[in-house]
Amino acid sequence: MFNWLSQVATVTGLSLRTVGQRRGASIAAVIGVAGVVAVFVTTLSIAEGFRRTLMSGASPDTAIVLRSGSDSEMMSGLRREATSIIAEKPGLARTAQGPVASAELYVVADIPKRSTGTDANVPLRGVQPAAFDVRSQVKIVQGRRFEPGRSEVIVGKAASQEFAGLDLGSKLHFGQSEWTVVGIFTAGGSIAESEIWCDVGVLQPAYRRGDTFQAVYAKLQSPQAFDEFKDNLTRDPRLDVKVIREADYYAEQTRAINGIITGLGYLIASLMAVGAVFGAINTMYTAVASRTREIATLRALGFRSGPVVISVLAESMLLALAGGLLGAAISYFAFNGYQTATMNWSSFSQVAFSFAVTPRLLVNGLVYSLLMGLIGGLFPAIRAARLPVATALREL
Amino acid sequence: MKFLPLIWSNLKRKKLRTAFTLLSILVAFILFGYLSAIRMAFTAGVEMSGADRLMVTHKVSIIQPLPIAYRERIAMVSGVREVTHANWFGGIYQDPKNFFPQMAVEPETYLSLYPEMVLPAEQKKAWLADKAGAIVGRTTAQRFGWKVGDKIPVMGTIYRHADGSNAWEFNLDGIYDGRDKSVDTSGFFFHYDYLKEGTGGTTGLVGWYIIRVDDPAHAPDVARRIDPLFANSPYETKTQSEKALAQSFADQVGNIGQIMRVILAAVFFTILLVAGNTMAQSVRERTSELAVLKTLGFGNGQVLALVLAESCLLAVLGGALGLAIGWALITAGGDPTHGNLPVFYFPPPDIAVGAALTLLLGLVTGLLPALQAMRLRIVDALRRV
Repeated sequence: MFNWLSQVATVTGLSLRTVGQRRGASIAAVIGVAGVVAVFVTTLSIAEGFRRTLMSGASPDTAIVLRSGSDSEMMSGLRREATSIIAEKPGLARTAQGPVASAELYVVADIPKRSTGTDANVPLRGVQPAAFDVRSQVKIVQGRRFEPGRSEVIVGKAASQEFAGLDLGSKLHFGQSEWTVVGIFTAGGSIAESEIWCDVGVLQPAYRRGDTFQAVYAKLQSPQAFDEFKDNLTRDPRLDVKVIREADYYAEQTRAINGIITGLGYLIASLMAVGAVFGAINTMYTAVASRTREIATLRALGFRSGPVVISVLAESMLLALAGGLLGAAISYFAFNGYQTATMNWSSFSQVAFSFAVTPRLLVNGLVYSLLMGLIGGLFPAIRAARLPVATALREL
Repeated sequence: MKFLPLIWSNLKRKKLRTAFTLLSILVAFILFGYLSAIRMAFTAGVEMSGADRLMVTHKVSIIQPLPIAYRERIAMVSGVREVTHANWFGGIYQDPKNFFPQMAVEPETYLSLYPEMVLPAEQKKAWLADKAGAIVGRTTAQRFGWKVGDKIPVMGTIYRHADGSNAWEFNLDGIYDGRDKSVDTSGFFFHYDYLKEGTGGTTGLVGWYIIRVDDPAHAPDVARRIDPLFANSPYETKTQSEKALAQSFADQVGNIGQIMRVILAAVFFTILLVAGNTMAQSVRERTSELAVLKTLGFGNGQVLALVLAESCLLAVLGGALGLAIGWALITAGGDPTHGNLPVFYFPPPDIAVGAALTLLLGLVTGLLPALQAMRLRIVDALRRV
């Protein structure tokens, strides 16, 4: 056994020391794998970044109440009486100002993107004062909060970067009223940073919504209070609502985009991987071919075929790993944190998010590269092991 | 041409290597096909928009409705030939996953404004006569296995009946096809009157208007004449070309096109490198053979052409096969995201681009080894082992 292991070490060491002589082919293989891994990791980082933005703000003790049958705020509708009934239910957290529940209106406004100058559907949310208690991560970083009853808005940091004319102090026109941006806020990187907020009482007449709302965001006493709260609402004959946890709501919203990006991402990456594996096979065949005499000499000296197979596989996997590391590094340094915005089709509005190249994706990329190296090295390795010693020694 | 057997036997010398190079080129061009189809899917809305169509939406946002009374006033604007309108219904068929666009329209004028929707005459007649009728595009009909005559239950999310129920039912009167493959055939259209009566006749509001102008050249003037009509009213309008609206939607989805181009470039660079390296290797191995050829009287130009022809043959062969397989896979397999993309096909102009790229790939990968072979000095080359 020890003898076998030392054979493996010797042959592998020999093949690795001679990689330099096959520089061209080896570099080609490394770059091939690097390309695949970079594309794979980057594509999935788009989906990951989107998911992270939608999920990061979701807290387990926040519930969203919508009209039954609606799967997004955009399509929901609740009358004021209903929102008052909801705010009185047990299970809600309360402060000195009353229940921590905010009845909200969710609409979109056409505002040009900075990058293209074309109009985009920027989400505009009318909120009640309790909204700041429901979403405790919201912090004003510039300016101040809007004053209730006035045509003032505060803008999420991501929205202010992504869309034009949303800087502190600038004026906006929706309908016949003029709105002033009085503050910029952050929300822990969550989706709220893509939104514009104002007083719901001012937004209702501006969008001709009468005295209606679309959703109630409610802070529960504890995550466990959800079931009680939900049962109480759905059993109430005066209401026709559905209650969902914030996390479930946003998980549902990411599904379509995730499906598109990961579907296409895997398709592209697997096709590319096939191409890269062919490249790796070529490289390793060349490596084996150029070392035919060397391998035959080793075999003649008494080295067994097992160590020869392992040495070829080790070389191929190490080259692939180098490619994987390179690809992962390219993806990380070029794209991690790259900010962009896309349409969230389920709410028909823009979400600003950044690519998230997570450690998990990087590890997946590396595993993927090793797999390519393994497959790429397998056939050449078997060929090396099967070389007939006598004829191979004679070969030029 | 008489050297073709020579080129062929050079390629056959290392069959395995040739095969794998061929396969990696093949895969690259299958990928090229998919990327073209994806790019097309994201920009189809922009490319198929009619030059003579204008869209009138609420100035604040397309989600805000406009009064139905605007129809007559818009129709009177000079330069406007035809007006129709649409409402986004946004209903759910069985499960929210089964998304497809549903719109309440004025059937006759809508079909007239969108001639790219091809509906058999008898189905059209049936739909116009049936107030609870609907038509659907081929893609969606196939997706759910619907046939003409089926009853389609849809759960309304935005629109409800006066009694609060949200169950809507439509008779499927027709299935339309696209005039060509770039037409989105995922839509579902039904009578605006059915929506109006179903909601208790209170609607009186439409989502947006679509206008056909007399002359596309005058479209900007027409747009400028419409918006002032409704200025300072509670429902101010924004009139723009269909293309501009589609473009702003494409931009909202994000710079997908650019990301696709980057990926494509990365793939080609990778394949180029692998194939180029293999070519260079095979020429290096044959140094002494090339020297013999030169000794026999082959000129520098002939040697250059010989090596280039070899690489081009390989690239064109692999590329053509790849494009063909890619086309077949895309046509047979369809949308890999299962209904999230409006159209999915390999656009013919891109096939032509792909064909040109195969040749370019052959030339670029062959160039360096070919130049080396041309510059080879017989004496040096023959001396090498």
